Amino acid sequence: MHHGPAAELGKDYSIEYKTRLGVILFFIYLLVYAGFVFIGVFYPDLMGITALAGLNLAFVYGMGLIVLAIIMGLVYNYFCTRHEDKMNKEAEL
Amino acid sequence: MIYTVSPSAIVIFVIFVLSVLGLSFYFARKSKSASGYYAAGGNIHWFVNGIAFAGDYLSAASFLGICGMIAFFGYDGFLYSIGFLAGWVVALFIVAEPLKRMGKYTFADALDAKFDSRAIKLTAAISTLVVSIFYLIPQMVGAGALVTPLLGFPHWVGVVLVGSIVIFIVATAGMTSTTYVQFIKGGLLIVFSTILTIYVLNNGIKLTPNEDYHKFQTIPVVMEQDKILEIESDSYHLKTQHTEGGVTFVSLDNQGIETWWSLNRSGSEPFLEEALSIVTTADGEKLYNGAPKTDGRFYQVGHASKIIRNGQEVTETGPLGPFEFIEAIENTDVTRFLKKVFEVDGNKVTVFYQTITPGKDIMKPGLYYKLGDKGNLWSRLDFLSLMLALFLGTAALPHILIRYYTVASQRAARKSTIVAIASIGLFYILTLYMGAGAMFNGGLDMESSNMSAPLLAKTFGIVLFSIISAIAFATILGTVSGLIVASSGAVAHDLMDKYMKIKMTENQKVNAGRISAVVVGIFAIILGIIFKDQNVSFLVGLAFAIAASSNLPAILMLLFWKKTTSRGISVAIMVGMISSVLIILLSPTMYEIYGLKASDAPIPLQNPGIISIPLGFITLVLISLMTKKHRATK
Repeated sequence: MHHGPAAELGKDYSIEYKTRLGVILFFIYLLVYAGFVFIGVFYPDLMGITALAGLNLAFVYGMGLIVLAIIMGLVYNYFCTRHEDKMNKEAEL
Repeated sequence: MIYTVSPSAIVIFVIFVLSVLGLSFYFARKSKSASGYYAAGGNIHWFVNGIAFAGDYLSAASFLGICGMIAFFGYDGFLYSIGFLAGWVVALFIVAEPLKRMGKYTFADALDAKFDSRAIKLTAAISTLVVSIFYLIPQMVGAGALVTPLLGFPHWVGVVLVGSIVIFIVATAGMTSTTYVQFIKGGLLIVFSTILTIYVLNNGIKLTPNEDYHKFQTIPVVMEQDKILEIESDSYHLKTQHTEGGVTFVSLDNQGIETWWSLNRSGSEPFLEEALSIVTTADGEKLYNGAPKTDGRFYQVGHASKIIRNGQEVTETGPLGPFEFIEAIENTDVTRFLKKVFEVDGNKVTVFYQTITPGKDIMKPGLYYKLGDKGNLWSRLDFLSLMLALFLGTAALPHILIRYYTVASQRAARKSTIVAIASIGLFYILTLYMGAGAMFNGGLDMESSNMSAPLLAKTFGIVLFSIISAIAFATILGTVSGLIVASSGAVAHDLMDKYMKIKMTENQKVNAGRISAVVVGIFAIILGIIFKDQNVSFLVGLAFAIAASSNLPAILMLLFWKKTTSRGISVAIMVGMISSVLIILLSPTMYEIYGLKASDAPIPLQNPGIISIPLGFITLVLISLMTKKHRATK
């Protein structure tokens, strides 16, 4: 038995593009996440200040991190899919 | 506390279990090949796989542990939700597609794709086993905690029951049945958590959660300096006075039943407040509020003590919107029950006494983790360690990684990860409402923080409780199935087939997987019984730390550093794994399990990630630089 995927995979012409985009988005999210952890560790009282519409920073930032992950996932998928389709078309030509 | 068994709960539970077993029988016929057994033939639809990801990932820790932790400690529990979800960003952006390209059945396949190294096969398989076993412990603990109220069985019966059903599911049909069990469970969990949240919002916040809620009494006292001279009550008689950690407790006798009370001196006149207590007598008998457990005197608790709405003090808020609910919590004082343990006359006394906590403190970090000025270096490091482990752990969990092999393409792997992030993200938002709901609606069993979500459902009716409990049980089945598939793959595929090079036919490979599943399952049952009293979120946090320390350096460096060598990977896996396990074994929590003083633990960290994750990366870099000739040849 050899290594390799359980299902046969077609040629992927977009690996480089997707890797670059993934790394950029990862670092953007990491920065936002690190900001949350930093405030939590060193300035936890800051988390109690009202940030938006009567809601405190802890809630807004925490929920924001969850929602941001979903939005960034959708953005990543949109650009990856678009690039894959474009490259596949070019390869066919 | 004591739970009353409900017939409807049993019926729903039995229907659910029979459906799951039927599903396994159905798919067993399709799992004749190794590809079918370990990777569901690589043909699962991306949407099904995405929800199955959620079913796999949203374990007992997410549903029982996080809700319980929020119910007991407010926002600090929600930190787990944030960290668990953030980890998926690493999985999606960095790991999903490359792993799909490189692997076949297991995480070791992907790591070894460039090297064909026996050392990688061995260390990756060991790491998979260790991480999966640490992850299995909390699932089994959760199973035991659930079965007690649902079916009236003791904890160990719940653990054996889950273990047996899961062993059956995995041994019969492997990844295919596991995927569909996880898909159904993931879907049900999200739908019914939404329904439970709607109940919480519709109920709002009340001073008296419901008619059955215990009315806690107070008794005025006469004091001279710090000594209580007499109590102003005809029914109760003063017995013992004891001060522990700055709080004064007294035991009172009422017709032969001894209860514990705490002294409140915050106002002009001192008074006693009724507390909950568990007294273990010298001969081993346990008394709950002075009586055997079956007398039902150990009440469910959790209530608001003062509610301010639009500048006015009110007795209830009425129905609230999702944002209004959070705002209302910030303007509400909450009665929480804090724990103190001490000895009196040879008896071990555990008291849960009332304390008022402002809602503003509930809704920000700091009640569990000592941060800012309240903390010290170790408590801050502990918090950092947890957030690092949660962020980096997800993408290194073997039972999550193997799900990438059940879909047909990289695009499907990516899309299923996004479905997972969306569904898991929605669920984690709901945990805040379910946990806070339990805190205000008498959903707390002070003996077990893991029961808050089902007990919250119980306050809204027995049918909802039955469904939520059955789903929670399914939650455990789904995750444990995934873990046992990953473990059996590590033993049968990585160790026996690849490392030891035992010649096996396709059929023998499947049988080897099945036997491994049975052995790992039995091991998990034993550990689930030993770790009975631990919070499941905390235990899962440890599994994340081990995964992030042993597996993530190998995955990331293999993908992004060309100088990575096979020796670097295998040594880093072992160093990350051993260091993280060692730190856990020397941690305060483990010292308590050993029966020693937590303060005597040599390493005052609860989560090892802050030390062991960097150590894994440093080891990989150093060993790779020292062993250049072992670089990838493919």
